[in-house]
Amino acid sequence: MTGQNPLLEVRHLRVEFPTRRGTLVAIDDVSFTISAGEVLGVVGESGAGKSMTGAAIIGLLEPPGRIAAGEIRLDGRRIDNLRYEDMRRIRGKEIGAIFQDPLTTLNPLYTVGRQLAETMTTHLPITPAEARKRAIGWLDLVGIPAAAQRIDSYPHEFSGGMRQRVVIALALCAEPRLIVADEPTTALDVSIQAQIIALLKSLAREKGTAMMLVTHDMGVIAETADRVAVMYAGRIAEIGPVRNVVKQASHPYTVGLMGSIPPLDRRVERLAQIDGAMPRLSAIPKGCAYNPRCPKVFARCKEDRPDLLPAGATQAACWLYAGEAKTHG
Amino acid sequence: MADTPMLELRDAARYFDVSRPLLQRVVAGEGKRLLRAVDGVSLAVPKGRTLSLVGESGCGKSTVARLAVGLYRPSAGQVMFDGRDLAEARAASDQRRRMQMIFQDPYASLNPRWRVRDIIAEPIRAFGLLPDRAAQEARVAELLTQVGLSPLDGHKFPHEFSGGQRQRISIARALSSNPEFLVCDEPTSALDVSVQAQILNLMKELQSRMGLTYLFISHNLAVVRQVSDQIGVMYLGRIAELAPAESLFRRPRHPYTRALMEAIPDLDMTGRVRIPVGGEVPSPINPPTGCAFHPRCPLAGPRCKAERPELKPAGDAMVACHAVEEGRDAAP
Repeated sequence: MTGQNPLLEVRHLRVEFPTRRGTLVAIDDVSFTISAGEVLGVVGESGAGKSMTGAAIIGLLEPPGRIAAGEIRLDGRRIDNLRYEDMRRIRGKEIGAIFQDPLTTLNPLYTVGRQLAETMTTHLPITPAEARKRAIGWLDLVGIPAAAQRIDSYPHEFSGGMRQRVVIALALCAEPRLIVADEPTTALDVSIQAQIIALLKSLAREKGTAMMLVTHDMGVIAETADRVAVMYAGRIAEIGPVRNVVKQASHPYTVGLMGSIPPLDRRVERLAQIDGAMPRLSAIPKGCAYNPRCPKVFARCKEDRPDLLPAGATQAACWLYAGEAKTHG
Repeated sequence: MADTPMLELRDAARYFDVSRPLLQRVVAGEGKRLLRAVDGVSLAVPKGRTLSLVGESGCGKSTVARLAVGLYRPSAGQVMFDGRDLAEARAASDQRRRMQMIFQDPYASLNPRWRVRDIIAEPIRAFGLLPDRAAQEARVAELLTQVGLSPLDGHKFPHEFSGGQRQRISIARALSSNPEFLVCDEPTSALDVSVQAQILNLMKELQSRMGLTYLFISHNLAVVRQVSDQIGVMYLGRIAELAPAESLFRRPRHPYTRALMEAIPDLDMTGRVRIPVGGEVPSPINPPTGCAFHPRCPLAGPRCKAERPELKPAGDAMVACHAVEEGRDAAP
C-alpha cells in the first residue's frame, strides 16, 4: 500500500507432496506481499491451497508436504529455510497464528492465564508477575468480561466465541508483526463473528500488525481486508484491492465466485453457478487450471498456463488480459 | 393448493433430560435438569411451499427438523403431517414414504461401503415401490439424471465424489420414494459457495417441477432469502419472528432479527461501522426469565424480564416481542 518495504514477501512459492503415484503440486508459483498494518484476504474453495499457503508461512506444513521452490521473507530475512528451533522462536514472537477451531488451539490442561503468560515470558523479556498482569490486560482488550477473574479458568469453561477471543489474545500477546489467521470466524455464529471481525480489524489498525486472513467467506473479506488474493487449484487467479476484486473482478473465476454468493439484499430466481468442480491436484488440466469450467475459454487457455497480468486495477492470471499490457500499457 | 398444511406444529416442544446420575443428584441435593431445545413452537408449512427456520447454534432449529420427520417425538404439543398426527402417519409406510430428509454433512450421511445405485435404491426397496429389478435400475438412472449426475455414476462409491456431488446423491436418495415433503437440515452448509449455488438452484428447480414442500433449516440468512416463502427466526427454542420472506427482509421487526441482519458481513463495502449485538446465546438449560433475548436486547424493559412474550400478529408477520407489541420499537 505504502512505498515502504513489505513486511512479508512470498516469492514463487511452490509446495509439493510426494506420493507413491508421483508428486502433487499443492501450491504453484504463488507470489504476494503484505505491508505493516495491511490486511490481505486470501479466498478460495476448499483445496485451493489457501490454508496451505498460510501453513507454509508459519512453517507448519504437514509432512510430507514441503516447500520445493521459492522463498518467504519476513522483513527482508528469509524464513522458509530456517531450522525448526529458529522457526519456533519466530513463531509466536514475529508471526502469530489463529486457527479455525479454538478448542484444538488451546491446551485443555492449562488455564488460559498460564498459556498467555508462558507465551509472553518465552518471547518477551518480562517477569512472570508482569506477564500475568499483561495477560489480564489482553483478555480485557479482546473483550472478555471480568478478565481478572476469568484468567484462572480453563479453556472448557469458556464458550466458543470467548475461546476464540482467548486464541486471538494468545496470538497477539507477544506482539507479533504478522498474524496468519486461518478461518478465524468460521466456527462461530454470525453475531459472534461480527464481534471478532471488528476486534481483529481494530487491533490490526491500532497496533500496525500485518494480517493474512484466510477464509472462504467473501463477506468477511469485503469488510476486513485491504487487498484480496483469490486462489484456484494452488495458484493465485486474481489479486488486487478489495473493492476492485469484489465489484469489478477481472478473472472469469472471480466473476463466477462472486455471482454464486447468494445476495442478502434481494431474491434472485436462479443464482449464477459455476458448473463442474475444482480439479483434484492429481488431475490439474493443461494450460489454465480453470479452462474446463471457464465461459470465456479460448485456444490458448488449453495450452499455456497464464501468469498474473495487469487487468484494470487488479492482476489476473488470465489470457484475456494478455493484450492489455501492450494496448493500455 | 389444498387447505391442509403439509406440516403443522402446534405448541410443540422437545425437552432433553440432562440431569446428572441419580446418586450424584441425591448427594448434591439437586433436582432434575431439563434442556428445553424446542419450547412451544407453532408453525404451518403449506403444500408446495418452503418454510425456513434460521437462527444461531443451539436455537433448536435442527431439533424442529427432527420433530418434523418423527426422528424425535414431541415432549409436549402436537406435530401434524397432512392433517394427521405424525406418529400415527409414520406407522403407515405409504405415509412415511411421503417425507424424506436431507442432512448437512454429505460425508457422513452416505454409507461408504455401498455403491451409489444401492444407496439411491434403498428407499425404493424398503418401501417396495418397484418390485422389478430392471425397473429399479431404470428409476435410479432417472434420479441420477434429475440431480445432474450421470447414470453411469451409479456403480461408483461415495468417496469418488466431491462434496457437492455427494449432496446431489443425498437428494437423489431422498427423491427416490417420490416424497412430497423434504426436510433439509443445513443442506449447503458444508459446501463451497460455488457448489452451494448449484445445489440451491437444483433444489428450487426440483421444487417447481415436482411441487415439493420444503422445511429448510439454515443459519445463513442470505441462503434462506433465496429459497423461502416464509421464514421463522428462532432464538433459544422459540420462534422470535415468523414472516413472509420478503417482508422479513424488508422490515425485520423483532430486535433479534434486526441484530442478526446487522451482523452479517456483506459485499457492499459501504464502510459503515457495525454495532454488533453484544453477548452470546445463553444456555438453554438455564434460560433467562421472561423474554430469552432480553439480556442482549437494546429495547429490553421491565416487562421483558418478567413475562415471556407470545407470538402476536404485527403487520403481515408474527412477532414475539413486548417492545414491538407496545410500539416501543422505532421501526425503520
